[in-house]
Amino acid sequence: MSDTVTLTIDGREVTVPKEMTILDAAATIGIDIPVICYHPHLTANGLCRVCSVDAGWRVQAAACVTQVADGLKVETRSEDVCRGRKTILELLASTVNLEEAPEILALLEEYGADTERFAGSEKRTAPVYDDNPFYLRDYNQCINCWRCVQVCAEDAQYVFALSYDGRGFHTQIGTFMGDGMMDTTCVFCGQCVGACPTGALKPKRQALLEQGYDPDSIFEQTRRKRRPQNKAE
Amino acid sequence: MSHPAVDLSLLKPYLENVAHRGRTMLLPALHYAQSLYGWLPREVQVEISHALRVPQADIHGVIEFYTMLYNEPTAKKVIRVCEDSACSLGGCHELMQAIETQLGLRPGETAADGQITYEHVPCLGMCELAPAALNGERPAANLSPDAVPAFLEGRYPEAQGNSYGEPRHLLARVGKVDPTSLNDYRAHGGYIGLTNALQMTPEQVIEMAEKTGIVGRGGAMFPTGRKWRFTRGAPGTPAEKHIVINADESEPGTFKDRYLLEDDPFSVIEAATLAGYAVGAENGWIFVRGEYPRAFHRLTHAVEQARAAGYLGREIMGQPGFHFDIEVRLGAGAYICGEETALFEAIEGKRGFPRIKPPFPTTHGLFYQPTVINNVETMVAVLVAFNLGVEEWLKLGTAQSPGTKLFCLSGNIAKPGLYELPFGLTVREIIEMAGGVPGNKKVQAVLMGGAAGVFIGPDKLDTRLTYEDTRQANIPLGSGVIMVFDETADLRQAMYELARFFAHESCGKCFPCQLGTQRQLELLDHIAHNGGAKPTDKQTLLDVGFTMTETSLCGLGQTAASAIVSAIHLWPELVTAEG
Ligand SMILES: Cc1cc2nc3c(=O)[nH]c(=O)nc-3n(C[C@H](O)[C@H](O)[C@H](O)COP(=O)(O)O)c2cc1C
Ligand code: SF4
Ligand code: SF4
Ligand code: FES
Repeated sequence: MSDTVTLTIDGREVTVPKEMTILDAAATIGIDIPVICYHPHLTANGLCRVCSVDAGWRVQAAACVTQVADGLKVETRSEDVCRGRKTILELLASTVNLEEAPEILALLEEYGADTERFAGSEKRTAPVYDDNPFYLRDYNQCINCWRCVQVCAEDAQYVFALSYDGRGFHTQIGTFMGDGMMDTTCVFCGQCVGACPTGALKPKRQALLEQGYDPDSIFEQTRRKRRPQNKAE
Repeated sequence: MSHPAVDLSLLKPYLENVAHRGRTMLLPALHYAQSLYGWLPREVQVEISHALRVPQADIHGVIEFYTMLYNEPTAKKVIRVCEDSACSLGGCHELMQAIETQLGLRPGETAADGQITYEHVPCLGMCELAPAALNGERPAANLSPDAVPAFLEGRYPEAQGNSYGEPRHLLARVGKVDPTSLNDYRAHGGYIGLTNALQMTPEQVIEMAEKTGIVGRGGAMFPTGRKWRFTRGAPGTPAEKHIVINADESEPGTFKDRYLLEDDPFSVIEAATLAGYAVGAENGWIFVRGEYPRAFHRLTHAVEQARAAGYLGREIMGQPGFHFDIEVRLGAGAYICGEETALFEAIEGKRGFPRIKPPFPTTHGLFYQPTVINNVETMVAVLVAFNLGVEEWLKLGTAQSPGTKLFCLSGNIAKPGLYELPFGLTVREIIEMAGGVPGNKKVQAVLMGGAAGVFIGPDKLDTRLTYEDTRQANIPLGSGVIMVFDETADLRQAMYELARFFAHESCGKCFPCQLGTQRQLELLDHIAHNGGAKPTDKQTLLDVGFTMTETSLCGLGQTAASAIVSAIHLWPELVTAEG
């Protein structure tokens, strides 16, 4: 059995290793399929579905988690594909604050998403958690891409500080019984902050700089927070 | 919130017994702890975390996922009143009013004395007994506002089913045997099918299962024999293979499996054992939805009896080398756990997030081992065919849809209930058999296949219910649901209720379903209750529906707009007209 397969992507034939995903196969010939949740170093879970393409099956296929197959004919930008993509982007824009997610903002633009389409509908809101000296958690900007949960668990740290609250639309990243990060198993490695694509997780220093504080006062503020007597604040 | 100190010594002996099995015991442990304390206080979760070696955050995530698990003070006795389609047609709103007045509670609240919690819940799988409710573990049927005091005090006869039809093969014993008695089961034809099967080699059993023409009754219509063959052929020893019976039955309109689970539990056990023999799998599992406590208890009891009599365990019925046992698991309030891979996750002690397929369960199922997962009715149908002999089975129904099928009739119909009928009758014939629409009213719409199915209008009533005819007509047979809406029914309300169900049950894993079900609900809420449709609503609903159908990760999102979009195509005025 051959280790490669030949398929057609947007009318162009390409021969690739048979384990490859459609996403990677398209990249080998310079076809860029948009992604949001996908990260090359993390387990792909196929969450956002903006990478969906038409592979001639019953429903579209998420390119980031679908393997190529011999003779497959893939359309990455058909009318139907763009219809789904645009709608997912509109749904997302109506739910969370994307101001600090430049990649997603660019996609909104590219697909002509009408960000006012669902105006007035329920947003996914949460208080801003400022419960540790290292980073802030603003889940009003969280898209539920799971990257933070994954790096905290089997994809990197095996610390398991993060999980989920609720389900469906009301799913949010959460901790055991809503505890502040100082009371969880978090080791403040910063992996989650580095993986977050939307600014929902942000180094405290960066947030304070943005708010106009100078480095000295930031040092004071973040240092004091670590004193146990102030923990209950 | 403060609460009295929790006595962990009540829980510890249980945990010591199950600790060696680890995370797969999480749902059972949480159920057990909740039976002790009424809810799951922090220290209980910590204790379970240590015993089963599951991270605390993960335990939190699991409890948050399942609606019947509580991490806030909740009464041991929960009153659950169904709010979905059939119960809405049956008058649940008046019932809820009466209960709220008497209890002085709003849905989701617990009484000040901590004795009772009151909830509105999705479909309880008792649509033929609408309006239906659970008082603790006791099901109640056809509740009227007058019956509320007796209901709340527990002074009422437990709900009993209504089953009809001819010939009765799957339902042969339902209502006729004592479901707690193995002897009674055997006196009524029990263990004939398995005895017949054990005369053959496993290969021959699979060949015969293929000959029956039986395809999955859980909705996806995959040929059952072929599924067994794939799993048999997958690498792995019998100790590494599983037979899982999907008894999660939670789709609005569906209640068929409940009859088999509650009234003929041994047939489900025998059917699973037969599959275990054919496939070469030693581990059997029955996953029952959390809202079917009666089925769970009867199955658990039946498994113990079967084991004691040598029908489960080692060398079953004296067959050398044939080992098979069954573990009954209880869900905890999540429709998505009927999706096969989400169900595996639940048994493994996780949130019920569906997995990406492929790989398929036949090679990577429960614990990522080769697994057959079948619907309850599917399994029992195969057993019936072995009982009757394939020749006899094939004489029933049509050439392409052999045998009988269970149909769930509910809504505006004179004799709602479960109907076992050969394939090939028309929708109209079945509705007439069930006494037609009460009050000489006309049929306005019929919901076919369940919440994930489609609406049809009166012009389609002559469709024959076979796999071949319904495929042609684009009507999913699904789980055999036929829910009738008469000419006075408010279809906007019906669409809203379906949208509410899917928004409530979306697992939240993928974006299109997690977000789309919510927006679909908001749009239909506005249309049904807040002044009608905006000019853009129709297109928006169609775009959201298209996107969920085409791009969602699993079958839930892929069908969450199915019935709604079908209604929009049939009756566009529902989502275009104002008011
Ligand atoms: C959201 C969702 C819920 C489901 N619920 C059930 C269920 O309650 N019972 C069931 O047998 N199948 C259910 N299914 C179908 C299962 O995934 C699976 O196809 C079935 O159990 C296979 O058994 P069968 O081949 O005997 O039908 C559901 C599927 C989805 C997507
Ligand atoms: S906090 Fe950031 S990384 Fe975590 S799920 Fe939300 S958007 Fe993704
Ligand atoms: S389609 Fe819905 S239920 Fe299925 S994985 Fe996506 S969010 Fe979960
Ligand atoms: S990038 Fe493929 S699903 Fe998100």
